[in-house]
Amino acid sequence: MSEGRVIAGENASMSEEPVNRGRRRATWGAIAALIGAGAGGEIKAEGFGPASDSATPVQQGREGKAVPLFDPALEERALALGRQLRCVVCQNQSIAESNASLAHDLMNEVRQMLGAGKTEQEVIEFLVARYGEFVLFKPPLDVRTAVLWGGPFALGVGAVAALWWSIHRRRSESQPLSEEERRVADRLLAEGESTGDQR
Amino acid sequence: MRWRFVIPLVIFMGFVGLFVVGFDLNPRAIPSPLVGKPAPFFSLPRFDQPDQMVTPEMLRGKPYLLNVWATWCVSCRMEHPELMRLAGEGVRIVGFNYKEVRGDASVDARRLSPEAEREWAWARIEEWLQKGGNPYDVVVVDLTGRSAIDYGVYGTPETFFVDAEGIIRHKQVGPISRAIWEGELRAKWLAIAGGEKGGPYERR
Repeated sequence: MSEGRVIAGENASMSEEPVNRGRRRATWGAIAALIGAGAGGEIKAEGFGPASDSATPVQQGREGKAVPLFDPALEERALALGRQLRCVVCQNQSIAESNASLAHDLMNEVRQMLGAGKTEQEVIEFLVARYGEFVLFKPPLDVRTAVLWGGPFALGVGAVAALWWSIHRRRSESQPLSEEERRVADRLLAEGESTGDQR
Repeated sequence: MRWRFVIPLVIFMGFVGLFVVGFDLNPRAIPSPLVGKPAPFFSLPRFDQPDQMVTPEMLRGKPYLLNVWATWCVSCRMEHPELMRLAGEGVRIVGFNYKEVRGDASVDARRLSPEAEREWAWARIEEWLQKGGNPYDVVVVDLTGRSAIDYGVYGTPETFFVDAEGIIRHKQVGPISRAIWEGELRAKWLAIAGGEKGGPYERR
């Protein structure tokens, strides 16, 4: 459904990653851009030329740069909060880490709200009200998420219980050999000694 | 005791079932918490009368689609003919232009003055609506994207289904194609617009 959907400034953000981890990102960004261009080429809307063929200026770059706060303590709080919030565009990054345009917008929003004296909880509520609990890396513990939070522990407890049960049962099941069984075993062992070890 | 050998198979099939469902889900489709809530407030300039501000309050009374779009958005171009068709059928569509200049990855909007950004955005929208036609009842322009945050917009296109009371009833993420409209969205539109006398779909 979202194939070919344009996320604001995504390509730009990819090609402007810091150099240390940027090389591969840039390659992927280029590939994504090519795919995007390919998809764009296939779309032939009636009487529709390129959106802004003549208007696009020569400068390269992107908009929406982060605007850090001057107060270092407040900036640190904003970043700490941002690291707990998932970027809806790039999904596996937090809005503090992401270079997506929307992540910058949201980080700046977080900075502004903290600067205006809002609490962390208020900022989180602000974003959850708009983007849903999806933005929380750490979902709240309630009835709907009980399985999510409790599941791993339940599985662990279940696994230990199953192990204990099976060991216990095996132990109680093992009984000394009967006279008949012992004779058969002796015979088999004796045969093994006479014919075995001729590898 | 034979049935015990079936247990791993059953577990395996369970995982297969999870994967079959899971890989078919779209991780980009994030459910909107706004469905069932009133359309969030904004006050944005009209495209055709930039000195006039539009609020959701002014849009109430008739149901509408709030279509978030931009000229740099390829998928928006893809869905545009479908929007034209829907508008022709009487569906009221409100255009919400999103970060027209600064959302464009090929543009460095930081070098533009606010006036220049505004002027350029208007020129780009004008060109688009001339080339592709104008399916919109009214177009509002959100240059900074701040109002879009209140709608939980995280890309373009996105389309909100707003009923006559101004309540958001559905959110479509990604372009509206003919197939998606007929298969799923048309019913949702009729649910908010169908019963209304003289409303959309009755003008046909």
